[in-house]
Amino acid sequence: MRPQVYLDHAATTPVAPEVLAAMLPYFSEQFGNPNSVHRWGQQAEHAVYAARQQLAVSLNCTAGEILFTGCGSESDNLALRGAALAAQAAGRGSHLITTAVEHHAVLHTAQQLADHFDFELTLLAVDAHGCVSAQQLADAMRPDTVLVSLMQANNEVGSLQPVAELAAVARARGVLFHTDSVQAASQLELDVQALGVDLLSIAAHKFYGPKGVGALYVRKGTQLQPQQTGGSQENGLRAGTQNVPLLAGMAAALQLVQQRRAPDNEKFLQLRAALIAGVLQRVPESRLTGHAELRLHNHASFVFRGVDGNALLRRLDVEGVAASSGSACKTGDPRPSGVLLAMGIQPEWARGSLRLSVGRATTAADIDYSVQTVERCVAALRK
Amino acid sequence: MTTSPAAKLANANTRVVIAMSGGVDSSVAAALLVEQGYDVLGLMLRLWSDESAKDSRNSHNKCCAPDAIIEARAIAGQLAIPFYVVDAQQIFREQVVQFFLDGYSAGTTPNPCLECNRYIRWTFLLNEALSLGAQYLATGHFARVQRKPASWQLLRGTDAAKDQSYVLSVLNQQQLAHAMFPVGAYTKAEVRELARGFGLPVHSRRDSQDLCFLPDGDYRPFLQEHAPATLRPGAIADSAGRQVGMHAGLPLFTIGQRKGLRLAGPEAQYVVAMDAVNNTLRVGPRGALASTRLRAERVNWVSGVVPAEAFAAEVQIRAHGRPAPARIIPEGSDGVTVEFEAAVQSATPGQAAVFYAGAEILGGGVIAS
Repeated sequence: MRPQVYLDHAATTPVAPEVLAAMLPYFSEQFGNPNSVHRWGQQAEHAVYAARQQLAVSLNCTAGEILFTGCGSESDNLALRGAALAAQAAGRGSHLITTAVEHHAVLHTAQQLADHFDFELTLLAVDAHGCVSAQQLADAMRPDTVLVSLMQANNEVGSLQPVAELAAVARARGVLFHTDSVQAASQLELDVQALGVDLLSIAAHKFYGPKGVGALYVRKGTQLQPQQTGGSQENGLRAGTQNVPLLAGMAAALQLVQQRRAPDNEKFLQLRAALIAGVLQRVPESRLTGHAELRLHNHASFVFRGVDGNALLRRLDVEGVAASSGSACKTGDPRPSGVLLAMGIQPEWARGSLRLSVGRATTAADIDYSVQTVERCVAALRK
Repeated sequence: MTTSPAAKLANANTRVVIAMSGGVDSSVAAALLVEQGYDVLGLMLRLWSDESAKDSRNSHNKCCAPDAIIEARAIAGQLAIPFYVVDAQQIFREQVVQFFLDGYSAGTTPNPCLECNRYIRWTFLLNEALSLGAQYLATGHFARVQRKPASWQLLRGTDAAKDQSYVLSVLNQQQLAHAMFPVGAYTKAEVRELARGFGLPVHSRRDSQDLCFLPDGDYRPFLQEHAPATLRPGAIADSAGRQVGMHAGLPLFTIGQRKGLRLAGPEAQYVVAMDAVNNTLRVGPRGALASTRLRAERVNWVSGVVPAEAFAAEVQIRAHGRPAPARIIPEGSDGVTVEFEAAVQSATPGQAAVFYAGAEILGGGVIAS
């Protein structure tokens, strides 16, 4: 039996047992609709309330500032489209600022606003690590700028943006600031006061919670135009019956992340160090992508010159190592990642990208096996 | 067809890659391999995406359309085998589509399926399979491989009506040593029956023998887009060289075609040749279509051995044609002259002439003249 090593925690994580336990009562026992008048409804409503309270504690905000969504992409969509369209309607301007290295949920939404809703879009240039500076943002600000969206941690290369500094630039000019914390939430502090952001997106499945549920922090007073209309759930900003078990799971999962953050991150750092050192030492013509230190604790990403990244993923999977080329995509698209190209990485390197992300269950032996396997597979593909 | 536990155990150490299309033949092939206990991986080639057809679901080329990928993925999921999509768009464009366009530019009727089997399936995909640790590449073709003491034979599929050995005549010994055709010993009806037994969908898109990269199977708009120079109007000339009409582009016709010429005259006229140099369509009476000899080039000998002297065989000159008795005279390393016992109709430059000894494929080449 070949080893089976899962090193794709940046794509998704297993639901923690505690999280599963927190969800189970709300499927068949306390199944009520939280919007109903009766006791079944009240029971469910209380679960939603408790989840919101818990999430508010985790994000250091008030419960009224937590908006539940169906996923991280929905949170990003609602943040961008909702805030941009509300600002435009209020006559505050039509200029948006983001970067080319954002998740497509942000980038494609911003591009759609530019293409079809008369917004002007500035994409800040990123440095070789995929980061931007506060000065760059300040220089790009215009009187008609209404929204800045910059991710907290990059999903493909793991680099951290100086969100607090960047948000301060926007705040000083009274411009809304959104951050996509979907990838960061499993490890970084999500204190919205310390970060100084107005909007922040998370998705539960990235931090040992269930798939199909996310949240958007909306600072009190921030105007959003609802993107899904209907009932008055979520302050009228997101119609639809709340997914009670998944909300309970998300809140429990984020609480667990906070409780375990120090030991988890310590472990991730050790594993990451072994992974990066092992791959760079043993694989010729290999490079780390993203920042060497200012990166997610569990995240290692590489490029290998002259290697077909998709072929590498197939081989690794057959050899028992589950990895990714940078995002969870399996169409076999041969084009190199736009994120890597934006960072100035040459196509002959960028085509051979690999992301390995460790998790709570990863062991040192898993890392050893993975390093050996990556070395072997890259060598075979170069033959 | 049930496999003994001992045989299954033995097969478990043999990794087989099945090339999946989402269609019933390759799906049943995959299911048979799983049932026989092999370590099976599914691969699907992404060969072509026609940008112009992207927005229209209906005009999608049949092969590797998103729907086909979804179907193949679903079948792999049902069989619980790993499944990967392998991008081959660049090499397919270079080796197959370009060949197809060049063939029409040269006034022939090219058969890209042979090139696809030669370069894409049985070179590019086989290499990918071997690199994934597989000993075999299996496909849903109706053909058979038979092991001889010192060599491999390629045989027709059991179902004469569905036999696909014609397009596999490009295979050599190295490829056959790694080839499996799990449905080749079954009839199409039996394959459908097996599909039902395995709980696989039996509805099938059109058989994948048509040109897979053409939206709606029509090559004319495709040429218009990718090689418009091939569709220039020109003269139609009769056997005496007199201009008797005009054509709208040589690729719109095939050898033996009668319809669409719009010629007046007492005797029915047929396309007998394409003169690409002069962009002229040559027509003649039905009798002019008959020929007793042809020349073929780029000949592949399945055994790997070029015959030392002329020999008798049956020769098939189109994908579903009837084999005709002939003498084959090898010329040089990769040419032959074929002399038929009785005249054959409409031998078409660009198509393959494939040599058979009964059910065995000896080889084949591309008809040059």
